[in-house]
Amino acid sequence: MTAATSHVAAAELAALNKPRRDWRFWLGKTGIFLGMTFIILYCIAPFYWMVVSSLRLPTMGRDTSFWPNPVSFENYPAVFDPINGFGRALVNSVIVSLSTTLVTLLFGILAAYALARLRFRFKGIVLAIIIGCSMFPGITLLIPLFKMFTGAYPWMPINWMNTYQALIIPSLSFGLPLCVWNLTAFFRQLPVELEQAAMVDGCTPGQAFRKVILPLAAPGVFTTAIITFIAVWNEFMIALTFGTQQNMYTAVVAISKFTGAYGFDTPWGTIMAAGVLVTVPLIIGVLIFQRRIVAGLTAGGVK
Amino acid sequence: MSQGAATTIAGNTPPFTEKRKKNLLSDGQGTLAGFLISPTMLVILFVVGIPILLSLRESVFRKFTTPDPTTGMIPEGESFVGLQNFTDIFAHPQAVDGAWGNIDRLINSFLNVTFFTIICVAIETVIGVAMALIMARAFRGKGFVRAAILVPWAIPTIVSARMWGLIFDADGVMNKILGQQILWLADNSYSQWAVIIADTWKTAPFIGLLTLAGLQTIPSDVYEAARVDGANAWQQFVRITLPMVKPALVVAVLFRTLDTMRMFDLPWGMIGQGKYYVETISMFAYIENNQLRYGTAAAYSLVLFAYIVLVAFIFIRLLGADVIGDEETRAITEQRKRQKALAKAENRKIKLAKTTITSGEFQS
Repeated sequence: MTAATSHVAAAELAALNKPRRDWRFWLGKTGIFLGMTFIILYCIAPFYWMVVSSLRLPTMGRDTSFWPNPVSFENYPAVFDPINGFGRALVNSVIVSLSTTLVTLLFGILAAYALARLRFRFKGIVLAIIIGCSMFPGITLLIPLFKMFTGAYPWMPINWMNTYQALIIPSLSFGLPLCVWNLTAFFRQLPVELEQAAMVDGCTPGQAFRKVILPLAAPGVFTTAIITFIAVWNEFMIALTFGTQQNMYTAVVAISKFTGAYGFDTPWGTIMAAGVLVTVPLIIGVLIFQRRIVAGLTAGGVK
Repeated sequence: MSQGAATTIAGNTPPFTEKRKKNLLSDGQGTLAGFLISPTMLVILFVVGIPILLSLRESVFRKFTTPDPTTGMIPEGESFVGLQNFTDIFAHPQAVDGAWGNIDRLINSFLNVTFFTIICVAIETVIGVAMALIMARAFRGKGFVRAAILVPWAIPTIVSARMWGLIFDADGVMNKILGQQILWLADNSYSQWAVIIADTWKTAPFIGLLTLAGLQTIPSDVYEAARVDGANAWQQFVRITLPMVKPALVVAVLFRTLDTMRMFDLPWGMIGQGKYYVETISMFAYIENNQLRYGTAAAYSLVLFAYIVLVAFIFIRLLGADVIGDEETRAITEQRKRQKALAKAENRKIKLAKTTITSGEFQS
């Protein structure tokens, strides 16, 4: 008797739990599907155009067919034509981005740990200074640095134009705040009880940081490294100002000054091929680590 | 009242006031923190602080341009000109023809910046929020959409500028789709829209990502309660979604606003320099700097700097953007507010709090 009642009730419950699939449901579902399609098209279509344009014949740079006909890879060797110095520019970009990322991580980890965990006076001011730095217009800093690096100040007779330090040091001005900010958000997410437990077990705060927090924060540190690397890699104004000779161009500056190997007309095919070459490694990295990067990008803005 | 309570507690537990036990968790944190933070602050001082001071100094100097009456030569070095680098905008305007008529070049670029910022951020916010709403409801293909959304973010702005340059070419695919013959990349108001479209493409997904993260923190039972109360979809969006996603959204919009105000790469790479319809203050100051006119360049960059500070201030004050997001800092601010209100009510002066009760230090 009781078993029968419960059986009926269960069947009824199952029926009630089953989502209603009326016209509203399908309308909503179609709407979401269309929306998702729109987002993907929106994001991918211009990039698709760049890839397609890079696969045309060098003579067909302005062609507007939606599929290259014939498909040609001739633009890619043309990118590395000696007159563009693109290979050297790629090496420069790697050197500048890697060293800036390493320096910012080294300083950033220490500062971010203090900001996320320790209690001290002026913390609000320090945080405000760091976030303020990432809001400054870069041009305000560039003008005096340009004057300084060209040796125009009598108290600083240096000529740093077209050197790596002139590309790296100004990059710290936006790389370091970005790094500290992201890492602070990551450190805050780790439960403070972990360190407290370690300290109860006899660790000093320093040991607790080294042996407990740092291994746990490794994914966050890695993500921050990627985000900082991409930011420096994509930076244009500093690289344009301090690398004025072709052998000191970074990849993005080289792309902005491309003349190309074929004729006097703008070599669109070559430029697009260079754009693909600069972007594809970033996109592959982003796709592999997309979860972490989304977490890293949103950690700063949302709690 | 609170003072009385404190003394009774202190009276009951004398060791607490006379000789505090050493607290491993909080003692000496200030020193350690200073030690950890100083390298970063030193770097910031050298690459941000000192350049800003030097910029201020440059902006009130100017290279000699007129010949010395006694020697007939243009002397080397600079002279102090006060605020002339700023006031010359009005006294000796360098008139150019842009979207806003024949006006001074700096004012023209200032108006361009304002126009780009308002339009770009408005469009980006609407598209970004729409994207986030769609993604929040998606069942399948979330990972795929998220991957797609990171593509515009990862592409370097210069590459995107050249890419859109090809799309907006006079014989390009945009004119083919529209069936028009528009000169998007010439110096005209179409070029402004070309820049706006390219900028929106690159950054709307970013706002979408940040908004989506905010949406995911809203518990679903809030919506269930609203549905039980008979709220329709629009009411749910306006009364629940928007207010709850506002803190994340305001911060995202603030960052985008300040980023758009210093725009440089996109018009530079796509339209070119010296095009007054799209020239931003960053570009103009950069060009002046390249002509080695440090004084005017620094002055113009400071105009942009002041403009950005003003906008950031308005965002933080009026819209309550909590950019810092540190709980202790927030607690101290709240505590000071309470203390001020209390002091005002009791009409006395007090010392404002520097730490919170949770700081591990005993409050006197």
